[in-house]
Amino acid sequence: MATNTESTQHLEVPKKRKRKLPTEVSIFLVLIGIALLFEVLGWAIRGDSFLMNPRRLLIMILQVSIIGIIAIGVTQVIITGGIDLSSGSVLALTAMVTASFAQQSDYLRAVYPALTDLPWVLPLLAGLLVGALAGLVNGALIAFAMIPPFIATLGMMVSARGMARAYTDGQPVSMLTDQFTWIGSGANPVIIFLAVAVFFHIALKYTRYGKYTYAIGANPQAARVSGINVRRHLVLVYSIAGLLAGLAGVVAAARAGTGQAGMGMMYELDAIAAAVIGGTSLAGGVGRIAGTVIGAMILGVMLSGFTFLGVDAYYQDIIKGAIIVAAVVVDQYRQRKRNKTT
Amino acid sequence: MEPNNYSETLNKDRAGFLLEVERVRKTFPGVVALDNVQLKVRPGTVHALMGENGAGKSTLMKIIAGVYIPDQGEVRLNGKTLHLHGPLGALEAGIAMIHQELNLMPYMTIAENIWIRREPLNAFGMVNHDRMNRMTETLFERLGIDMDPEMDVRRLTVAGRQMIEIAKAVSYESDVLIMDEPTSSLADREVEHLFRIINDLRAQGKGIIYITHKMDEVFEIADDISVFRDGQFIHSAAASDMTSDEIIKLMVGREVTQMFPKEEVPIGDVVLSVDSLSLDGVFENISFEVRAGEILGLAGLVGSGRTNVAETLFGVTPPSSGRIVIDGKEEVISSPHQAMLRGLALLTEDRKETGLFLGLSVIENMEMAVLRDGYTRATFVEQHRLDQECDSMTERLSVKTPSMDERIGNLSGGNQQKVLIGRWLMTKPRILILDEPTRGIDVGAKAEIHKLITELVRNGVAVIMISSELPEVLGMSDRIMVMHEGRVTGFLDRSEANQVNIMELASAPVQPPVAHD
Repeated sequence: MATNTESTQHLEVPKKRKRKLPTEVSIFLVLIGIALLFEVLGWAIRGDSFLMNPRRLLIMILQVSIIGIIAIGVTQVIITGGIDLSSGSVLALTAMVTASFAQQSDYLRAVYPALTDLPWVLPLLAGLLVGALAGLVNGALIAFAMIPPFIATLGMMVSARGMARAYTDGQPVSMLTDQFTWIGSGANPVIIFLAVAVFFHIALKYTRYGKYTYAIGANPQAARVSGINVRRHLVLVYSIAGLLAGLAGVVAAARAGTGQAGMGMMYELDAIAAAVIGGTSLAGGVGRIAGTVIGAMILGVMLSGFTFLGVDAYYQDIIKGAIIVAAVVVDQYRQRKRNKTT
Repeated sequence: MEPNNYSETLNKDRAGFLLEVERVRKTFPGVVALDNVQLKVRPGTVHALMGENGAGKSTLMKIIAGVYIPDQGEVRLNGKTLHLHGPLGALEAGIAMIHQELNLMPYMTIAENIWIRREPLNAFGMVNHDRMNRMTETLFERLGIDMDPEMDVRRLTVAGRQMIEIAKAVSYESDVLIMDEPTSSLADREVEHLFRIINDLRAQGKGIIYITHKMDEVFEIADDISVFRDGQFIHSAAASDMTSDEIIKLMVGREVTQMFPKEEVPIGDVVLSVDSLSLDGVFENISFEVRAGEILGLAGLVGSGRTNVAETLFGVTPPSSGRIVIDGKEEVISSPHQAMLRGLALLTEDRKETGLFLGLSVIENMEMAVLRDGYTRATFVEQHRLDQECDSMTERLSVKTPSMDERIGNLSGGNQQKVLIGRWLMTKPRILILDEPTRGIDVGAKAEIHKLITELVRNGVAVIMISSELPEVLGMSDRIMVMHEGRVTGFLDRSEANQVNIMELASAPVQPPVAHD
């Protein structure tokens, strides 16, 4: 029996698998599940609704936005098989620089009459430039000096934080122009976050840039032999990650109305967590922006939910850590199932 | 499944089997990898397992070695049923396996690799390195291996590492030794060495299960042969009772008439000419030319620099000196991209290392090389056009895949290789370099790839084909260039070449298998 069926056995299976839901859907269900859990707990413990509170939801998404913008860059870095630990510090540095360009000139005009408020574009561009430069340095160190991404971006994480402090000797930069703070007002951070997400979702899926990013993560040697300029592409991806950390810094400064060297502390880890919860594999080659956006939302819902229930911040961290690890465990399990071979 | 004459032929001379596998079934999510399979190994014999890729040989071996747990059936060693829960259990029971993938730790010494988990300890519970090295030397003496136990494994060639794997497996003193394509990275001289070791083990009464795709090896070394196809046990008999045609027929379930469909095609102008090309410390003074419609075979032992020459031509490792002339114009090729722009394509030697994007889909693997040139409009990839071209390429190469979105890791080796060939054909190369184009793939796919190469040269492509399989080189090439230790030792015409004069040019004084870099 089964003599001339050749590989029909192999043919039948994956068709079934194809009908399986995309990873994003299952993560989205987890998000809904967590939100509903808080809803139930909310009624049980506080006699109040968690979800039926638009103000809380807005704050929740606002909190997510800044980390989300960073996470979109970090996701791309992780897809190439790398890591970016510097994004929180780069955020702080760019927040300082951008704020220094966005200060009101009222006070100083007494001394320097020629001084005027700069239009909002200038601080924005300055911030993006600083972020991109930091990313460029990361990328160059990794691609050309062959330093492992973990070390290169760890160095940048420490240095950029130092630069943020040194820039004003640790003083916060406040009194920013209304034009500039408008960037961070209302729902603007959310709009920026979602726009960036859509942009890079499309870039990863439909452009050569995206295909190369996945290819390098899946097998850098094969990518090189396929004619891809792996080094140049890595520099580009890290620069984009830096640029997005810079954008996050601008938004954070605008929203807070001040630039402070302590901003964005540990954000790099939240961003990595968002990517990993969203299904991006630290092994490289796998990951989607949509997943990261949902991953960031899960972090936001948890933060908001625990605060709503009055859970102590220390305990929040304990639970958050457990959830990050659980996400990776699930991912590993999924991969092992995928990798069945004869 | 046909009733087999196994018991009649084999039970006659010996009643007791060393290893018996019965009614084993193993499924992976959705696939039946093995169905009601049996295998019986006599002590003091080499039992060859034959079958195309995907026939279930490796799965069965992994079950015997405790890597997989079968859904059904049993494995008996010396009449006792084994209940294995992992590779360690199998080792302790007396079954050792040399895996197809090399599993050595590059930054540890040879001795440390061999005795890992079994290191001799001194009174303080620390590893006794002197004794470990002496144990290694004793083992090497017995196996006739000439290597320094304290050398780091990363300095060895693939062939050297393979020998260490073999030595390690032997060091377990197991009753059953499983070898999964042990010769795929060995040159002929090393294969002979391996066979001496196997003969030794056989004389000691061990049972050796030997998986290979190479027909000549089977008849040289095997006592018994079992054939598998599509996860089923097909037939088992003494090697002396079978012919290679019969085996191939059993393996594929149809007749493969012509392995090397060499066809005389008109040979055109010189397309590529290489003049005293050198790469410091790797190869030197390489000069040759290839014409349109010509297949230039590149023979030589593993480590002779064949692959390095290919990689240099393709810009992976730019040369330190020498000239590359394409269509009469001298070219500087310093990256694969530049090579591609000049009409070169390279199918690399190691599918997994430098070819496949294992986690990505079939189409993503196939389209990767052409994305550079065209196929984008306003930075967006023209996916629709690409889809069509990939579809027709898939059809042309008769790649068997459930869909273009299937992960390439789930395809068989032959189909993976076809996808990679498709990747390069889509770039419409004029000079195609094929490095081991049929390594580790089954007979059917092999013949198809040979046919395809013939078709390409008919269309005027110049082909450089590197292969460790002499019959393949002899069967396909118009001319053969032989290399030894980074130098060209001779050219042979199709009419004059044979296994003997190739091997003469390819071999040289014995030297320890240390990597050239």
